[in-house]
Amino acid sequence: MPRLEARPQPSRLMFYATPLIAILFTLAAGGVLFALLKKPPLEALALIFIRPLTSVRGLAELTVKAAPLILIAIGLAAGFRAGVWNIGAEGQYTVGALAGGSLALAVYPVTGWWLLPLMSLAGIIGGAAWAAIPALLRSRFNANEILVSLMLNYVAVFLLGSLVHGPLRDPDGLNFPESRLFQTALPLIVPGTRAHVGFVVALIAALVAWVLMEWHLLGFQIKVLGQAPGAARFAGFSEPRLVWLCFLVSGGCAGLAGLFEATGPVGQLVPALPAGYGFTGIIVAFLGRLHPAGIVLAGLLMALTYIGGETAQISMSLPSAATAVFQGMFLFFLLASDLLVNYRVRWRSHTQPAPAGHTVPDMALPRSTSAQPSAQPGE
Amino acid sequence: MEQFALWDLIVNILVGAMIAATPLVLAATGELVAERAGVLNLGVEGMMVVGAIAGFSAVIATGSAALALLAAVVAGSAMALLFAVLALTLRANQVASGLALTMFGLGLSALWGQGYSGLSAPAFPRLSVAGLGDLPVVGKLVFGHDLLVYLSLALVAAVAWALARTRLGLVVRAVGENHDAAYTLGYPVIAVRYLATLVGGAMAGLGGAYLSLVQTPLWVERMTAGRGWIALALVVFAAWRPWRALAGAYLFGGITVLQLHSQALGLKVDAQLLAMLPYLATIAVLVAVSREGVRLRLNAPACLGKPFYATA
Repeated sequence: MPRLEARPQPSRLMFYATPLIAILFTLAAGGVLFALLKKPPLEALALIFIRPLTSVRGLAELTVKAAPLILIAIGLAAGFRAGVWNIGAEGQYTVGALAGGSLALAVYPVTGWWLLPLMSLAGIIGGAAWAAIPALLRSRFNANEILVSLMLNYVAVFLLGSLVHGPLRDPDGLNFPESRLFQTALPLIVPGTRAHVGFVVALIAALVAWVLMEWHLLGFQIKVLGQAPGAARFAGFSEPRLVWLCFLVSGGCAGLAGLFEATGPVGQLVPALPAGYGFTGIIVAFLGRLHPAGIVLAGLLMALTYIGGETAQISMSLPSAATAVFQGMFLFFLLASDLLVNYRVRWRSHTQPAPAGHTVPDMALPRSTSAQPSAQPGE
Repeated sequence: MEQFALWDLIVNILVGAMIAATPLVLAATGELVAERAGVLNLGVEGMMVVGAIAGFSAVIATGSAALALLAAVVAGSAMALLFAVLALTLRANQVASGLALTMFGLGLSALWGQGYSGLSAPAFPRLSVAGLGDLPVVGKLVFGHDLLVYLSLALVAAVAWALARTRLGLVVRAVGENHDAAYTLGYPVIAVRYLATLVGGAMAGLGGAYLSLVQTPLWVERMTAGRGWIALALVVFAAWRPWRALAGAYLFGGITVLQLHSQALGLKVDAQLLAMLPYLATIAVLVAVSREGVRLRLNAPACLGKPFYATA
């Protein structure tokens, strides 16, 4: 009977190895899934994970999908480290696109070099404002931010639907529920493809986040709040201030991602704009170990599953939902293999018991303290 | 004459509210059991949607309502088992595990439901007591429902009774309030939590099946549309008490149905804006009950969401 033995210290090796273990398990489980769907497993896996990397177009598309994922995940990661659960990135992304897009439509057909920066600013403000609602309700009224931010996703999607059916609908169009095409577009980084500057901005955001988390007092405060809220209080770090900060930063990032998507690959406001990046961003954040460098890699990997999934859909008639199953499995296997960071698996019975009252420090995630943030005892 | 029309409208709204509320009643009561044992499973939405497609595919294959419900219960429990293995045995973060379960469930159900769009389920059996169903007002309100409505009420009563009056209920609550003390007394903490999580999954599966078998009755991708999350909010609203969860769910059912009947009532509001109503109401309710933070904390199971480490 295998048993678990707590490690005296979390394993550095396992901390970096577990995402790779999770990827291997997901590939294996994916192969089984394809076999069940009566598709040749190896061929399908190669089609999804290798084929897109063999062409310029595929690589360019990779950056198109990875840009919003990385940007959203970078914002979310700071919050997750602090035990602040913003699950509303999808809504903040939508409202960011709506705010920036409305600005462009309001001044239509006037355009200029200043328009795109202004739209980006409006996108950031829109996303941050949408994220301010759960921040306010948690810090002022103690309402659970997970549920509030999640509910606001649905509200945002209906808001977008209502506006493109009404005031923002293209007056010269055929009565379709969509806005007119924007008079400006995101600059491309590879001519002839759809790769846009959003990817560069996402990489810069990752760099800034890395510097802040590693070298700035703010990053330290966020980590302490997540791992030891009692210590954070004792040290005088203001919890409401950090909650606000985490929400505004992640909301702003998601809003900017939404605006990039609307002005870049899409070019207008359409009801289908929120395509689940806000939720996949959560997986990216965890898969990347909440670390900026890891998030960039995880974002590229998740983008690969999107593009490969589309390719497989066309050439093997693989259902599009298979991508979502894939992404869910990624997170499962990652969470499961996380155990190896803090525990050793012993296959024979071992005489030495774990020390009494042992609680395990956790490098990856705040565990015991943050599960129900608004109902923490002893505050 | 006008009097009768008004009565009809009111009865219709109340009946509609009960139908809209029943999936929430089932899912919230199940989650309540899990949370009383200290398990915070945020995967309710995922378990519901898998229950919905499991029930629907079973009824299309067999034509039997009973088998469809069984399939939904098994599917919901299987999803809950995944969560339990992750969060209880492998000690993964409960919030992240629940989110993973929801995403996985939404994907899995979409994959499973590929060939089922456009089909419709056969009519679900209703209670038929000779003569009683034809009574004015009472007939429709009390005797006219499908069997799952009565089952959901019976389950709320059973959970309320079991938690408050039975030894098993006491153990469940003890595990949720203080797992170390319960463990010291010799109760199998992890086993009790497994059981409570599975009950939660089974009931979420039933709630999902109600959507695809009775309420619509069709399979539509992502048809749960956030009801699993609303059920989670209802548990907080109910202060972890089954009868209050029932009342809360019926209140929400009422809001949903008022939105559908608003056209009949002569309100001219954009349908998309009206559709926001249940979600906004959930936020309003959460704020209202959370304002008194101290009381909320006293009601919440003290070990909710905390992992358990056996110490001896």
